[in-house]
Amino acid sequence: MLGKLSWSAVPINEPIDMIASCLMILAIVGILIGITVKGHWPYLWREWLTSVDHKRIGVMYCLLAMVMLLRGFTDAIMMRAQQAFAVGGAQGYLPAEHYDQVFSAHGTIMIFFVAMPFIVGLMNFAVPLQLGVRDVAFPTLNSISLWLAASGALLVNISLVIGNFARTGWFAYPPLSELRFSPDVGVDYYLWALQISGVGTLLGGVNLVTTILKLRAPGMSYMRMPMFCWTALASNLLIVAAFPVLTAAFAMLLLDRYLGFHFFTVGHGGNMMMYVNLFWVWGHPEVYILILPPFGVFSEVTATFSGKPLFGYRSMVAATLAICVLSFMVWLHHFFTMGAGANVNAVFGIVSMVIAVPTGVKIFNWLFTMYGGRVRFAVPILWTIGFMITFAIGGATGVLLAIPPVDFIVHDTVFLIAHFHNVIIAGVLFGAFAGYNYWFPKAFGFTLDEGWGKAAFWCWLIGFYLAFMPLYWLGLEGMPRRMQHYQEVGWQPWLMVAGAGAVVILAGIACQIIQLAVSIRTRDRRRDTTGDPWNGRTLEWATPSPPPMWNFAELPQVEGEDAFWQMKQLARDGKLRAAVPPAYRAIEMPKNSPTGFITAFFAVVTGFALIWHIWWMAGLGLLGAFATTLVFAWRDVAEAEIPAEVVAQFYEAHPVETLR
Amino acid sequence: MPSSGLCRSLALITASGLGGCSGGLFDPAGPVSSAERTILYNSLGIMLAIIVPTIIATLGVAWWFRASNKRAHHMPDWQYSGRIEMIVWSIPAMTILLLGGIDWIGSHQLDPYKPIVNQGKALRIQVVSLDWKWLFILPDQGIASVNKVVVPTGIPLSFRLTASGVMNSFLVPQLGSQIALMPRMETQLHLRADRPGSYRGYSTNFSGDGYAGMAFTIDAVPAGRFDQAVTAIRGRGPDLDAAGYAELAKPSEAVPAYTYGAVSPGLFDRIVAPEAPAAGPIPAQRANTPEED
Repeated sequence: MLGKLSWSAVPINEPIDMIASCLMILAIVGILIGITVKGHWPYLWREWLTSVDHKRIGVMYCLLAMVMLLRGFTDAIMMRAQQAFAVGGAQGYLPAEHYDQVFSAHGTIMIFFVAMPFIVGLMNFAVPLQLGVRDVAFPTLNSISLWLAASGALLVNISLVIGNFARTGWFAYPPLSELRFSPDVGVDYYLWALQISGVGTLLGGVNLVTTILKLRAPGMSYMRMPMFCWTALASNLLIVAAFPVLTAAFAMLLLDRYLGFHFFTVGHGGNMMMYVNLFWVWGHPEVYILILPPFGVFSEVTATFSGKPLFGYRSMVAATLAICVLSFMVWLHHFFTMGAGANVNAVFGIVSMVIAVPTGVKIFNWLFTMYGGRVRFAVPILWTIGFMITFAIGGATGVLLAIPPVDFIVHDTVFLIAHFHNVIIAGVLFGAFAGYNYWFPKAFGFTLDEGWGKAAFWCWLIGFYLAFMPLYWLGLEGMPRRMQHYQEVGWQPWLMVAGAGAVVILAGIACQIIQLAVSIRTRDRRRDTTGDPWNGRTLEWATPSPPPMWNFAELPQVEGEDAFWQMKQLARDGKLRAAVPPAYRAIEMPKNSPTGFITAFFAVVTGFALIWHIWWMAGLGLLGAFATTLVFAWRDVAEAEIPAEVVAQFYEAHPVETLR
Repeated sequence: MPSSGLCRSLALITASGLGGCSGGLFDPAGPVSSAERTILYNSLGIMLAIIVPTIIATLGVAWWFRASNKRAHHMPDWQYSGRIEMIVWSIPAMTILLLGGIDWIGSHQLDPYKPIVNQGKALRIQVVSLDWKWLFILPDQGIASVNKVVVPTGIPLSFRLTASGVMNSFLVPQLGSQIALMPRMETQLHLRADRPGSYRGYSTNFSGDGYAGMAFTIDAVPAGRFDQAVTAIRGRGPDLDAAGYAELAKPSEAVPAYTYGAVSPGLFDRIVAPEAPAAGPIPAQRANTPEED
């Protein structure tokens, strides 16, 4: 009846697991009770859970990322605490089977459920606004993408309470991840969570590619698109090209595990190297999927806070597209140590290094964007400058790793850990935080507190250096990654410093939470009434904050790069068409739909059932998801009309200077 | 040489921080690790020559052009300069051209499959990673050992490696290059220890719950003492045959080092390719591969 599921799946005997599970359940139940008591459910359902508005979906993606960041960071600080003390004969406080789950969950969560939703959220929020359009190409599909991502995250968290997570590392190499070596449900949690969220990511990619290619304000030619839209385009093209490879690789591993196939098994013609290749054919583009949109954020932030156009726009576009193409040609550098031969290694090494050229160009162009500007040191540009400096170091260690003979000695040591945290924290996360501080007033109509924002920045920056510079050193001394304990007492001081760094980062996260709380409490004082709090250059600042559901009453006419800046210049010089009293027209907007939420509910049911081999439940779940889709496909009315009076009323309440 | 200065400064940092470094790449004991360290230092030097000025320029430009600095030259519309674009593209391109050359030459010179040619015949060593320990077979000496192997200094070490079940990676930081070990596949590695010492080795590829305890030691001793050590091991302790190997392949953790006085010939080849027809009587049990997966 319940497949492999029984009471033994609940980790009663493991105190750390139990406490974490109870805290998580208490927190969730507390929030649910709070919402019920205050009677917020109808509002939440109507305005958020069933919303197909790209802005709301973007906000919910970012919220998912932030919540999961807390979970992933908890794993991180547990690992740092373990390694700070598990030296010599000491085993630390985490037994191996628990520690192995912690680092596997940390990697999986941080990549798939923090970095991905954060950048997807920012793209969802900002891209249609920057393009001067009212929504993405497929609004309901967008909602399905979001809720499928949330389903995957939920499954990973369920593994904390029922059963266990994978103990294979975040890339789950076979044969370790095969049934013979990992017979429990951990790997199944990993695979199904990522399959479900992967479908969401792919659909989201299709959606944003279509939006950018097909929906742009009149006059917004490709070479007038804001840099963030270009990087979003490149990133989503990579999603569309790369994610199917991951899905296929996971599907084969699932066939091995569920139906006795032999794609990657030991013997019977299975070849684990196929998985390793396929995983990184997705995996390397993935890091550019993550880093390109933050590059776009940094471009917007640098231009805005320097009060200058982006330097070398065409160069930046070329560099973005070069990175996009090259990222597919370097995957083998993740396994130079598998004896591929000198020619193969050298070619992949050199192509990997070549990526440093367009990336270097970008750094220089941001530098020249500041040159001759008037740089305002608001929070977003602090993250940007912190990124430029730190990322330069991460890029250099990346080039070192691209040299096979160097890689031979530091591969899969903590040097590698230091390198990719160097680029992912200082690149992706700093970019996400810059974007969060930059676009928050647009999303909610009030700015975030500067003081706490700056404190958060400094804690993160200092904490990052403390936590990861020692790992570079330890890697050169030969410390492998993923050590639950170690014999070398000489490593311990460095690992204690790294642990202290994690604590400083924790302080940074605390500052961010306080920043949000303080900003919400004092929101009346920090309202953005102009729609343009930073003196921005792109179209998202041309509409009130927060923007109405329809973004623009009339699609703006774009005459050049930095469209909004141009409009402001013209208005200042009195050259803008004399503002005739606007005649508002009714606007058709897509109707809210519970399709995404309900489909995702059935996806969780299906995933959970498949993990525990509860076949009837899996069937019901699939049927439910299919039926939901059918109901949506047969809907009679897809759009609702917003009457002209409502539009007019909104703009009377929110006057904006230049355009409507 | 740029590397010697860097080496000194790195050593200085270590000395001030920890009172001496604990090995790894900072204390190479063979030609492979020395060469790799040189490549690392040279490449790092080349990149630092670009990165340090860039970091300083970033901070300098951001600070000088701060909004409150009225002396800074303001160019609110400046967004293109062909000359700067050219420099901006050519600096990283030339750096990468240089490093690409290092990459190509280094990859070929330090290919792990490339034998180290020098005086003396190479010592053949077969390595099998198991859950969670290391088996070393010296086929020419007819002995084997677990988690520790004695080798002579100054003589090339020619490794053939495979895994019993899951993947691992073989790394002895002070000797140089690592290589992956995969079941049913063979990889090769060539190293040399130039001075006597006890060198720690690790698996760097996570292989399950006992992974952290999978350290091993390579004891490099002068050639004369190596022969003594072999004589001392040979004929003592258990024999390693197919049955013994099947027993060894069962998962176990933190296994103390021990030796085998004899090894069945061809054992390593049967571990790599258990399905291939073996010369002589085929062992009834395919020791390393319970076929239930």
